[in-house]
Amino acid sequence: MQALYAQLLVGLINGSFYALLSLGLAVIFGMLNIINFAHGALYMMGAFVAYFLLNLGGINYWWALLLAPIIVGIFGMILERTMLQWLTGLDHLYGLLLTFGIALIVQGVFQNYFGSSGLPYAIPDQLKGGMNLGFMFLPVYRGWVVVFSLVVCLATWFLIEKTQLGAYLRAATENPTLVRAFGINVPRMITLTYGLGVGLAALAGVLSAPINQVRPLMGADLIIVVFAVVVIGGMGSIMGSIITGFALGVIEGLTKYFYPEASNTVVFVLMVLVLLVKPTGLTGRAA
Amino acid sequence: MKTRSIASLLLTTALTFAATCVASAQDKTVKIGALSDQSGLYADLGGPGSTLAAQMAVEDSGLAAKGWKIDVISGDHQNKPDIGTAIARQWFDVDKVDVIVDVPNSGVALAVNNVIKEKNGVYINSGAATSDLSNAQCSPNTVHWTYDTYMLAHTTGQALVKAGGDTWFFLTADYAFGAALERDTSAVVTANGGKVLGGVKHPLNTPDFSSFLLQAQASKAKIIGLANAGGDTTNAIKQAAEFGIGKGGQKLAALLLFLTDVKAIGLETAQGLNFTETFYWDMNDKTRAFSKRFAEKMKNNAPPTMVQAGVYAGVRHYLKALEALGGNPHDGVKIVEKMKSMPTEDDLFGKGEIQPNGRTIHNAYLFEVKKPSESKGPWDFYKLVGTVPGDQAFTPLSESKCALLKK
Repeated sequence: MQALYAQLLVGLINGSFYALLSLGLAVIFGMLNIINFAHGALYMMGAFVAYFLLNLGGINYWWALLLAPIIVGIFGMILERTMLQWLTGLDHLYGLLLTFGIALIVQGVFQNYFGSSGLPYAIPDQLKGGMNLGFMFLPVYRGWVVVFSLVVCLATWFLIEKTQLGAYLRAATENPTLVRAFGINVPRMITLTYGLGVGLAALAGVLSAPINQVRPLMGADLIIVVFAVVVIGGMGSIMGSIITGFALGVIEGLTKYFYPEASNTVVFVLMVLVLLVKPTGLTGRAA
Repeated sequence: MKTRSIASLLLTTALTFAATCVASAQDKTVKIGALSDQSGLYADLGGPGSTLAAQMAVEDSGLAAKGWKIDVISGDHQNKPDIGTAIARQWFDVDKVDVIVDVPNSGVALAVNNVIKEKNGVYINSGAATSDLSNAQCSPNTVHWTYDTYMLAHTTGQALVKAGGDTWFFLTADYAFGAALERDTSAVVTANGGKVLGGVKHPLNTPDFSSFLLQAQASKAKIIGLANAGGDTTNAIKQAAEFGIGKGGQKLAALLLFLTDVKAIGLETAQGLNFTETFYWDMNDKTRAFSKRFAEKMKNNAPPTMVQAGVYAGVRHYLKALEALGGNPHDGVKIVEKMKSMPTEDDLFGKGEIQPNGRTIHNAYLFEVKKPSESKGPWDFYKLVGTVPGDQAFTPLSESKCALLKK
């Protein structure tokens, strides 16, 4: 039984990454209608920026948490301005192909220079060590990841669903012409939204740097699972993707305990089941 | 009538002679295919570096100056047996490749082994670990260089059991390699009076090991054996440190660890790990000289891993055999027989031999990862702890189930 508690907690930790990443995807899909396949590559860039900040600029983890999302977010906004904006109104497939191509290029460039086995990034001194919870030894850093990502997820949800700015954003997706008539710069808002979604991916990248290796393919390995999370939660649903992210982390954790061989397929089995029963996802609305 | 027959005889002779000339000219062409994981979790330990090693072996052989034309091509099997076999088939059928080298990933390696046997090519495997390549699934076309699971189990595994690590729990990569390494190590553990308490099979390329590490922790085994490789091993080691596994008295056994893995983990976390390799760049003047030349040509200036070194040594020996045969007969079995009949000797592995089952025998070295304070350069990672002579490190012929031995 104690082992089970530990597995639940570990699942929750992985769930935090799923939640952060699927949240960014949901924001981008909800507001821009783009299936952002470059998300994994941008997550990886977040981790690499943290690595560069530390090793080239001597800038520590805490600053990286702030700076990496901004730097990668700006990179994302440049992508949106120069490429993605031309796809407005076209079929989803174009956005998917374009972002997929971008992901392959970005990963290829990083792989060319840094190889595939990755670079080490140490856990910051303040978060080293762990505490004994009785049923398991919890590394402080993992606990921090859960708490921090939960706060970020809820803040994002609040920003989009409960504030004036969020209301503009949602309105701009529904009817851009009308919102523009109110004197709101819709294209700029969309660029900023993409920047926000990308920033969330980069933030997840910084959080994962001390746990996993900083590797060019770290995002490619994760992105498919995260897409399954978004599909299960319902495309574009903010709260749905947060809850599904954490929930799937836990389910995956339990699978690792009861039948480890299936741990990398369980998410997809669930996705198939959900699509069969409720094609719009658990919290999605019919389009 | 007579004049006519003489003329035809002359013509036939001339034609035959011309044909022989063409044939012998063709016989000096060789095509080497370096098949590896070019972009995935094993790309740094093999990948482009293995292709480079093969090219350097061709250059160093000096055969080009003697009129030989030797090409090296490369392919990416993406760690998928179906892709690996498809490339191998195309190489033999369309591209006229003579020899396939490297092939890390035991699953792919065993699948490609069958194709090469069917096509009567030559297979010099350096990257794959499974001891089955020279045991139950040995082939007259195959030479297995560098290392294998039997060797890893009988060096690192045995040393740890003898040092008191008599209870084991395995974290095993869920494919041919992991299964072979766990099987061979378990045999060593039990033979030395130890006990295997359990294990978990994890999918290949797992980013998060925390769940499996907790299970290993709960088993209370003294040794947690990592029967995995590349990115899986580095993640497991790094995360084990996070969960305080070393401090709790349990010890990690990195059964297979490469130079590039240590680089990825960082000395801070990796220090003190014991493991076995058959090549390290900083062994002697010859290995240092080769590694310097190699690193200069690598993008990230990395010295060779033992897999890449094995590719170099294997190709050198292959070309020596071809030169001794006087040309390339394009007959895999004949070339491999010649390779087995000649003792191996090169700058990287020293003296050795290829056994009748295709296993190359050379020294194996027990290393320990240095402390950060002991490391003097960017790739100065290992301390030599002990040397195991080849005949003690690899499967004794009496234990081998290879069909080639039953004549």
